[in-house]
Amino acid sequence: MTVNQSQFTRALLNPEAAVPDGLINPGGTPATKRFNVYRNNVAVSLSNALAEAFPVVQKLVGTEFFTAMAGVFLRQHPPESPLIALYGQAMEGFLRGFGPAQSIPYLPDIARLELALRQSYHAADTAPADVTVLQNMAPDALMQARLTLAPAVQLIGSDWPIHSIYIANTQANAPKPQMQAQDVLITRPEFDPLLHLLPAGGHGFISALASGAPFGAAIEATQTDDFDLTTTLGLLISGNAITSID
Amino acid sequence: MLDTQTALPTSLPNGVGVGYKPQHFNDILNTPGPVDWLEIHAENYMGDGGRPLAQLRHLAERFPISVHGVGLSIGAEGPLDPDHLARLKHLVGWLNPASFSEHLAWSTHDSAFLNDLLPLPYTQDTLTRVADHISQVQDVVGRQMLLENPSTYLEFAESDMSETDFLREVARRSGCGLLLDINNVFVSATNQQTDARSYLADYPLEAVGEIHLGGHDEDTDEAGAPLLIDSHGAAVVDPVWTLYAETIARSGPRPTLIEWDTDVPEWPVLAAEATRAAALLAPVPA
Repeated sequence: MTVNQSQFTRALLNPEAAVPDGLINPGGTPATKRFNVYRNNVAVSLSNALAEAFPVVQKLVGTEFFTAMAGVFLRQHPPESPLIALYGQAMEGFLRGFGPAQSIPYLPDIARLELALRQSYHAADTAPADVTVLQNMAPDALMQARLTLAPAVQLIGSDWPIHSIYIANTQANAPKPQMQAQDVLITRPEFDPLLHLLPAGGHGFISALASGAPFGAAIEATQTDDFDLTTTLGLLISGNAITSID
Repeated sequence: MLDTQTALPTSLPNGVGVGYKPQHFNDILNTPGPVDWLEIHAENYMGDGGRPLAQLRHLAERFPISVHGVGLSIGAEGPLDPDHLARLKHLVGWLNPASFSEHLAWSTHDSAFLNDLLPLPYTQDTLTRVADHISQVQDVVGRQMLLENPSTYLEFAESDMSETDFLREVARRSGCGLLLDINNVFVSATNQQTDARSYLADYPLEAVGEIHLGGHDEDTDEAGAPLLIDSHGAAVVDPVWTLYAETIARSGPRPTLIEWDTDVPEWPVLAAEATRAAALLAPVPA
């Protein structure tokens, strides 16, 4: 009686499945409880990895709900690489379709935010550009300048107050979130990612820069007269987010 | 004759190391105690940058580093993941660690990474596959590796050779060295109701480049028989310390690691385990 790894994996990920014949106890009887050690190792280790990866999602739904949800997620979306620190890229999409979580409509965006924080944490190191160049440029030259952003920069637009929700669930005495759309920027000045609430037009501006638009075109891309260039640029500069100016 | 099988594929010092945990970064630099070297899990240092890699670069200036992979899935029926091999080659390339090791286990199937060290039947088919995979790894990474014996919870009815014969033959065919995890020996022997001392008597100690010591949890199976779980979440138990002392008395001193990966304690607790290992290791004549 042989057991191949397809049979082993199927039984491993399905707690209802029978233990494959040919896996035995010392006396030769079927190794049911012993096989469950492997089932448990897989489910608990991946569930713990998800809890570590999405602490605010877990806080919003509660530990019991999160563990049950993680059990469904890890069977539908087992990791596709051994880099467990980046596990959970499918979480946002999973949550959009996960019935029991529909009462918290902003949950998928919070999952996206938490994934972005981790991606920023592990992104490549880069040296910031000398931003005094921007101050000394002639206006025409400035409008034509192309800015390269650090790989640790992440941008998330949302119809929900995701910045306020994140802060309210990670900091003591934070104000209660008010219903509004919020866009956030993540920078990593050195090793710790920082979360910033973007002012009006900030998302459009940075998103245009990231796709290679020159400075002037990125301002136009905001499509708003209220665009707060000073604050947006200040966040990029203080976050060491600009790595070259060409 | 440097090219004989007695030349071990590691340049770790014959002292005590610990599995590195980021929460111990400052303690290790300030009060390393008896710790001579550090082991990292390869997969935790395969990101593009940030603090993990910066910490590792800093530690590597001071300590010899052992890179211990947990995700290569050497026992998989399918081919090794070329992307993961490339990541490993990159890490070993820039870090130039004192040692590289992996497990006799599988963890990936049809591109799903299952995050556990899953067991293998000990047969000629498995032997051929594992030896071929190890040869491939050693070719790509450009150095010999050490292969670690697993903790096992069950047996395959189809197995037709002992784990020690299996390891000896894999090492002979692939030229790899061995990483002897004495806690795994104790866990497997208890679970399989065999004798750990007999296992060690039959183990090819001449190929051992590193020894692991760690803790386990205790449970029972449906018949009430002891079922030990390799949790790496507790102190090393006395019977494992005894087996360790007996083993190094036979093998001579070997680089020895304390592993503590879950419920990681404060640094003084881990350092005390390292001190206990150092006290057993130091008097052993080379």
